[in-house]
Amino acid sequence: MIKKDLVIVGGGPAGMAAAICAYEQGVKDILLIERDQYLGGILNQCVHTGFGLDYFKQSLSGPEYAERFIAKIKTIPQIEISLQSFVVNLSSDKQLTYLKPGSLNQIQAKALIMATGCREKTREMINIPGTRPAGIFSAGLAQKLINIEGLLPGKKVIVVGSGDIGLIMARRFFLEGAEVKAVVEIQTKCQGLIRNQVQCIEDFNIPFFCSHKITKINGNKRVEKVSVVKVDGDFKPIKESQFDLECDTVLLAVGLIPENELIEMAGAKINKSTNAPVSEKLNKTTISGLFVCGNAYKVYDLVDTVCRDSETAGEQAAEYLKGIK
Amino acid sequence: MKIYDLIIIGAGVVGTAIARELSCYKLNIAVLEKEQELAFGVSKSNSGIIHPGTQNHPDSLKGKLCVQGNKLIRKIARQLGVDFKQIGELIVAFKQEDIPQLHELKAQAKKLGVRKIKIVNQTWLRKHEPNISPDAVAALYAPTAGIISPYRLTYDLAENAMANGVEIFTLQKVVTITSESHNDLGKSFLIKTLSTEFRARYIINAAGLSADEIANMVGISDFKIEPRKGEEFILDKKHKNLTKHLLFPLPEKNSKGILVIKTADGNTMIGPTAENCADKQDLSTTEEGLQKVLSSAQRMVPSINQTDIIAYFAGLRPVAGDDFIIRHELSVPSFITVAGIQSPGLTAAPAIAKMVGRILKDNGLALKRKWVFKALRKKTIHLFAIPFSKTAKLIKKDPAYGDIVCRCEMVSAKEIKDAINRGAKTLDGIKFRTRAQAGRCHGGFCTTRIMKILSKQTNTPLSEISKKGPGSWVVMEDRADD
Ligand SMILES: Cc1cc2nc3c(=O)[nH]c(=O)nc-3n(C[C@H](O)[C@H](O)[C@H](O)COP(=O)(O)OP(=O)(O)OC[C@H]3O[C@@H](n4cnc5c(N)ncnc54)[C@H](O)[C@@H]3O)c2cc1C
Ligand SMILES: Cc1cc2nc3c(=O)[nH]c(=O)nc-3n(C[C@H](O)[C@H](O)[C@H](O)COP(=O)(O)OP(=O)(O)OC[C@H]3O[C@@H](n4cnc5c(N)ncnc54)[C@H](O)[C@@H]3O)c2cc1C
Repeated sequence: MIKKDLVIVGGGPAGMAAAICAYEQGVKDILLIERDQYLGGILNQCVHTGFGLDYFKQSLSGPEYAERFIAKIKTIPQIEISLQSFVVNLSSDKQLTYLKPGSLNQIQAKALIMATGCREKTREMINIPGTRPAGIFSAGLAQKLINIEGLLPGKKVIVVGSGDIGLIMARRFFLEGAEVKAVVEIQTKCQGLIRNQVQCIEDFNIPFFCSHKITKINGNKRVEKVSVVKVDGDFKPIKESQFDLECDTVLLAVGLIPENELIEMAGAKINKSTNAPVSEKLNKTTISGLFVCGNAYKVYDLVDTVCRDSETAGEQAAEYLKGIK
Repeated sequence: MKIYDLIIIGAGVVGTAIARELSCYKLNIAVLEKEQELAFGVSKSNSGIIHPGTQNHPDSLKGKLCVQGNKLIRKIARQLGVDFKQIGELIVAFKQEDIPQLHELKAQAKKLGVRKIKIVNQTWLRKHEPNISPDAVAALYAPTAGIISPYRLTYDLAENAMANGVEIFTLQKVVTITSESHNDLGKSFLIKTLSTEFRARYIINAAGLSADEIANMVGISDFKIEPRKGEEFILDKKHKNLTKHLLFPLPEKNSKGILVIKTADGNTMIGPTAENCADKQDLSTTEEGLQKVLSSAQRMVPSINQTDIIAYFAGLRPVAGDDFIIRHELSVPSFITVAGIQSPGLTAAPAIAKMVGRILKDNGLALKRKWVFKALRKKTIHLFAIPFSKTAKLIKKDPAYGDIVCRCEMVSAKEIKDAINRGAKTLDGIKFRTRAQAGRCHGGFCTTRIMKILSKQTNTPLSEISKKGPGSWVVMEDRADD
């Protein structure tokens, strides 16, 4: 079996920052595994600017931000990069199995950093009753369809959730010529940055309903309408307030969940409610020499913080490797 | 002018089981289906249980066909390469005073010929079903119960029927049926669909929820399909070893109650509810349904949690009275009704098919065996169902097996292309065949990739890719076109 000092799973900003830092700390035998055809992770589909204000002292778009790390990592031959490589199995003694076109590979790592990012919460997780027609998207999927594929998912849109992702997508749809019928938020006020609240919805007069939730999705083939209701202080629906909004699209921006199924498989303890690793110190798991960083560790607001904390993971792994030599 | 010997209306599990059963005879057979793909009716949204025959009245047709179907399905599954697992069921009593009811159920089942049933006590339950509620006092154990993927069974029945000459036409909603006489060719039915017409000497009405509407077209109106909704909730695959058997409570008046189900795909599922419902299209789930299912399931397995749910759906049982209606229509010779196929219709399907064969024979259709009948079908490969050692070999042979598209369920580009080659035309069709998009992220990551593969393989523009047929378009506009 092939052996590596350090294997990093996930080639988003977290994985790249950790790899570069580990190298700078003296680790010279590194494998970075990424499922996609390119590095950069979720940044590739975030074409809006505002990334890097802290880290690079500059406002960059997502792809520009990723490119800075990609350019750097490519100058370091000791970091081997394996793209289109999907890790399917992980054991407690840090053996990984990954598939790529043409081969199934098994590898033994001495230290391991998981930087697998997160997935979006689905309609099912927040339990919106109703039918299951076409036209229900997670914000990230809609973002990918618009920004990367040049496809417009819908023309009459309801956005559920007012975090930054929801707000940015509301604006994106508006600018693409779609009618954004409402942003619906169950909390009493907007969840995103004030800046985004102003620049993404108020400037475009997009109706904003806080203390409201969607109680039903209707439509057989494509979404036709949703029922919306006001909620009280305990998030209980106030029945009389219910009204319908016609739409062809429901966009869900209701939160992210760290992707930790692999470390769970390896036996690391997971917090059931957040899906983050049980951890007594930044990036640590209950298995020694197995670190988790970036959005897989916890859901971060800013990619700059992701990179700084992930650099720490690189240092921690280097430290751990020195210790076992 | 082409006149088919036989046209089957409806390509659910019943229609395709009949088609496959009869495809060994020298007959021209066509199946007409209104949806774009097969198994998009009741056959896609059910519990996937091959019932042993318990909980049926000993004199009922559905009880008899269920027991027969349970036996027949084993050989069919083997021939078609569909995974059937016999895992057994437990009908659980929670109170001492309910135990006599278990004995009654046992006696009933014995009369129907259900094999190997026995009553098990609390100690047995604790040992063989460790996560069951400590309140469970006894159960009726029926080891012949099993699980199967209802849609994969339907697709594979259809594929094998087609390999034996059956023609299947989708997007063909039947709207009228009339009789015709031809000077030279005798009598036939003229079946008009929304876009074209077909002729046949015999018709089998296996139209599920619409069986009454089809019957009305030829003047039969002595039954009505009254849908009974069942909501089901699927748990994350992490909990696939929650139970070892299918768990049932004592039956209710209109249903078998709310169950904890192991599915053929690996996920645990809880449900279904049973509510009469006026609208044949109402596949919505409800908050009340969820709460009811959750609390009943938790009564059986207390560790089940609402946050474990990753998906839900509703199905409508096509109910026409208490029993199945399977008969030759005296008033409309050569027209066979297969209606009211509520639960256990999935289980009974192979037996229904045999029964329909006998009815056809009794009513003048000559059943002569073909010289060559291809009974076997090559098993479809699912990476999630095989060990890594096998996967490694497959990837060596075809690199596309190593190109993972759906990360939650581990589905490769090769499996998706195969599904399309075997007939998938929509995102749901791909999902049912491969499980891609059926996992915890619900296609958040892989939908665009699957759309592109589908678009390329079928030469369809991205803006014309649908979730489940015309009208359910995934996107509204392709900007790159402008
Ligand atoms: C829609 C959206 C808008 C955002 N807007 C902003 C913003 O304006 N400003 C800001 O500062 N931040 C923003 N963020 C946050 C920022 O983009 C993230 O915090 C950051 O990208 C997280 O980096 P990561 O490396 O942890 O995860 P990711 O970028 O998600 O990278 C994880 C990588 O792991 C790979 N991977 C996962 N599983 C496996 C496996 N089994 N095998 C192999 N590879 C695997 C994935 O393919 C992916 O490339 C936004 C995020 C989103 C989703
Ligand atoms: C919630 C639920 C759980 C169940 N669980 C189980 C179980 O565990 N075990 C079991 O054995 N059974 C179970 N059943 C019952 C089982 O699902 C059905 O008995 C079975 O699927 C019926 O198959 P079918 O082919 O008759 O119907 P369908 O699959 O509905 O097929 C009929 C087809 O006819 C087509 N059609 C309708 N009208 C027209 C027209 N005008 N022209 C052309 N085509 C038309 C429809 O589109 C459809 O595809 C369950 C049912 C439900 C609802």
